[in-house]
Amino acid sequence: MSTDPLLSVSDLTVLLPVEGEQRAVLRDVSLDIRAGEAVGLVGESGSGKSMTARAIDRLLPKGAQVHGQIRLRDSDVMTLAGSQLRSYRNQVAMIFQDPRAHVNPVRRIGDFMTEALRTNLGVSPADAAHRAADMLAQVGIEDARRRLHQYPHELSGGMLQRVMIAAALLTEPALLLADEPTTALDVTTQAEVMAIMDELRHQYGLAMLFITHDLELAAAICDRTIVMYAGQVVEVRRSELLHSDPLHPYTAALAAARPDIGSKAARLQAIPGRPLSAFEAPAHECAFAPRCPYAQDACRDGVPPLIDLDGGLSRCLRVGELRGQLEAAHA
Amino acid sequence: MPENESVPVPAPAADRDPRLLTADATGHPAAAGASRAAAGGSPGAGSVSVLEVKSLRKEFGDLVAVDDATFSIEPGRSLAIVGESGSGKTTIARMLVGLERATRGTITACGRDRSRPARSARDRRRRGREIQIVFQDPYTSLDPRQTAERAVDEILRLHHGWEADRRQARIEQLIELVGLDSRQARALPRALSGGQRQRVAIARALAAEPQILILDESVAALDVSIQAQVLNLLADIRDETTVSYILISHDLAVVRQLTDDAIVMHRGKLVERGLTAQVLDDPQHPYTQRLRASVPRPGWKPTRRQLVPAGPADPEDKAEQKGEPVD
Amino acid sequence: MSTAVGVPSGRVQARTRSGSLGVLRSTGFAGIASAVVIAVATVLAVFGPLVAPYNPDLPSLGQAFIGPAGGHLLGFDFEGRDVLSRLLAGAQSSMIGPLAVVVGAMVLGTLIAVVAAWRQGPADTVISSGLDILFAFPGILLAVLAAAIFGAGLTAASVALAIAYMPYVARVLRGAALRERGQPYVAALEVQGASGTSICLRHIIPNMLPLIVAQATIMFGWAMVDLAAISFLGLGVQPPTPNWGVMISENEPGILQGYPLPALAAGLCIVGVVIAFNVLGERLFEQAQRVSR
Repeated sequence: MSTDPLLSVSDLTVLLPVEGEQRAVLRDVSLDIRAGEAVGLVGESGSGKSMTARAIDRLLPKGAQVHGQIRLRDSDVMTLAGSQLRSYRNQVAMIFQDPRAHVNPVRRIGDFMTEALRTNLGVSPADAAHRAADMLAQVGIEDARRRLHQYPHELSGGMLQRVMIAAALLTEPALLLADEPTTALDVTTQAEVMAIMDELRHQYGLAMLFITHDLELAAAICDRTIVMYAGQVVEVRRSELLHSDPLHPYTAALAAARPDIGSKAARLQAIPGRPLSAFEAPAHECAFAPRCPYAQDACRDGVPPLIDLDGGLSRCLRVGELRGQLEAAHA
Repeated sequence: MPENESVPVPAPAADRDPRLLTADATGHPAAAGASRAAAGGSPGAGSVSVLEVKSLRKEFGDLVAVDDATFSIEPGRSLAIVGESGSGKTTIARMLVGLERATRGTITACGRDRSRPARSARDRRRRGREIQIVFQDPYTSLDPRQTAERAVDEILRLHHGWEADRRQARIEQLIELVGLDSRQARALPRALSGGQRQRVAIARALAAEPQILILDESVAALDVSIQAQVLNLLADIRDETTVSYILISHDLAVVRQLTDDAIVMHRGKLVERGLTAQVLDDPQHPYTQRLRASVPRPGWKPTRRQLVPAGPADPEDKAEQKGEPVD
Repeated sequence: MSTAVGVPSGRVQARTRSGSLGVLRSTGFAGIASAVVIAVATVLAVFGPLVAPYNPDLPSLGQAFIGPAGGHLLGFDFEGRDVLSRLLAGAQSSMIGPLAVVVGAMVLGTLIAVVAAWRQGPADTVISSGLDILFAFPGILLAVLAAAIFGAGLTAASVALAIAYMPYVARVLRGAALRERGQPYVAALEVQGASGTSICLRHIIPNMLPLIVAQATIMFGWAMVDLAAISFLGLGVQPPTPNWGVMISENEPGILQGYPLPALAAGLCIVGVVIAFNVLGERLFEQAQRVSR
């Protein structure tokens, strides 16, 4: 908090055209990521977590209407274009859930990995190949030289995701946007890919925005975790406190709904209803109120502000009185 | 690779008696001819199993997808088949319901063999009343042109010679059982959310009144809050009916919540079995241990396997790097 | 939750247009205009002889190749018959042939495609190679052959063309049938014990219907051109039955004598209807592809 944030998003609202109507998918999202910090972004379908990452990487679909501000250090991200945008994307690299959908299947791994180096940063082909091989070794891929000459289909999903991570790190970014990078992988492969990301992140002092639906995974590997619901940030919390001392009923409900690997519950504490997108949720009251066991009349009088409490933020009017009870409810 | 390494058998097999689903731990009948007895245990003589699988094997060309799987389910119990991609767990499910034919081995459900293809339409329908399945993807497992009501009705017509009134009454029962309202029952799949579609798929499977319901990653694609609803629903259904579940899953927490017994599959082989609680709390096989250790939890630090001195080339890496040309 | 990009996956596209009117509206202006042309041609095919202002079959050699005059908007043909009346009456034989071809080719092709996709394995291989052999025979050639054996006429030509078109239908639909066959809902029905025939008839084919309709529409255009050509050669519809293809052929001398109107008018009718079918078919095809992703 002493240092200025590396990336700061303020009051980001995004509307997308759906069936000829502009519909909100993000509402007043604000978040900061400091240099070297790992921030988790957790939510269910429609929460807007992936849309936030896309907005940050300027990857929103055509026709999207964007309000608010995104700044990387001193530059205004929203106004970047051409070569400036390319160099921004070298500093803010993105990794996707499905690596296969984001590589050209007829190009070799080496060409894919070194493209940005050669075209944007003017590195010689030989030097670029050398760096790529080096980075592949760092993500735990053996026989890196040979891998550079292979095609994407010759690698397993876990391998390819490591290649994507290596490619993202080649341009020496300051921030990694990881959009569910391990969701499609096996659990044991996930553990390995996470270990590699964690290690390299520390080694390169890289900040990370880690987008996932898995509260436990985010809590385990991120310094802070942001919980989103219906296109809004509902809680920001230091990760180690997320499960033991949540500040928003939704966070607590999400944790309680997950079965516990250590014990069988007679009944899971399911959240009634289904997760809503921003445009489906009530716009002028607490978006979670319809599903919240603690909702009162006051919760329906307007969208609650993000309330600062003990270093965390909660978009719940009753956070003061509910704090402590939330966790008890699930244990 | 040496056989005894590819199937690491926890040495004192006799000690593992309590982990076996059935009392008899003597391994295979000699006829099976296989030396790997890691997951032995033929069904006990006295108990009437609702499902018995013996020495099941499935080859796809050179690939052995399932290698010598033997297990059984006692009435009223639920079994988890745990594994990751390529473990053979889904192939087992497809063989159980008759979508794949076993290369070797036998499957006996409700006392009747189903290892060979059904010979008549009647036989096929009878098998449908023994084992049913709910698939993973709620978006493709319903006919897009059929409402929930009509999907269930089609199954009722197929299995029971009931009149329209009785079918309608049963449809309403089933729709209510899976927690849908009448408006949703008359909606086409595209108007339903993932969780609602999965409920329709469950109602359709239950319409046949099966003894065994296979849940093939059926809650894996659902949001956490919806997943809890469906898991509770499945628990309620088990309380209200006599159905046994076979849960095919990689999600150990879900396995814990829904099943009594578990078998762990790894690269086509059954590597561990026992009560679900024991398998998860005190895994014996190195693979199960690694699986358990890979589950994120508060304070969890992921580790890189390569960095752990784990002896000579771990077969895992080969598996993960499969698809690489042999050169 | 996998592809939770915020833009909802299925639910919001929910209000996809249903009903044939809705489908038509979404094909855009060109699609609607084409549908109007097709509708007019269809109405004429049924009622053409009734609305014809003069007897289309009544020759009056004295008026041969006389231009528009009096109530005769398009003048007279080589035998002095009223061209407009012959065009209106000719719609029937010009439309019924392609219809028969399309229905025949679609029914056969769909059946073969679905059987191949359902059986898979050796049956599929045999069927696919059989189709490849049939591909080698051009439709017109087959029709000429049929005329040689069974005598000239619309029936022989239509049957020959239907057989020649069938492999195209089967090839396109086999892909769609295979895709449908692989859907988990089909597996679920198999597990229930439903028979292959009932799954195919009640689920697979109905789900292929948008593609089948699109394919039939495009094919109608091809069939019309081919049948017109066959009639032009004298192997299809036999004079004096009014028919657009026959009209081009019998009024051919007029073109050389500086009186092209009767042949041209019949030609324009064919071109107009064929273009309409092609445009609408392509639009429907694109839409069917979009829906099936």
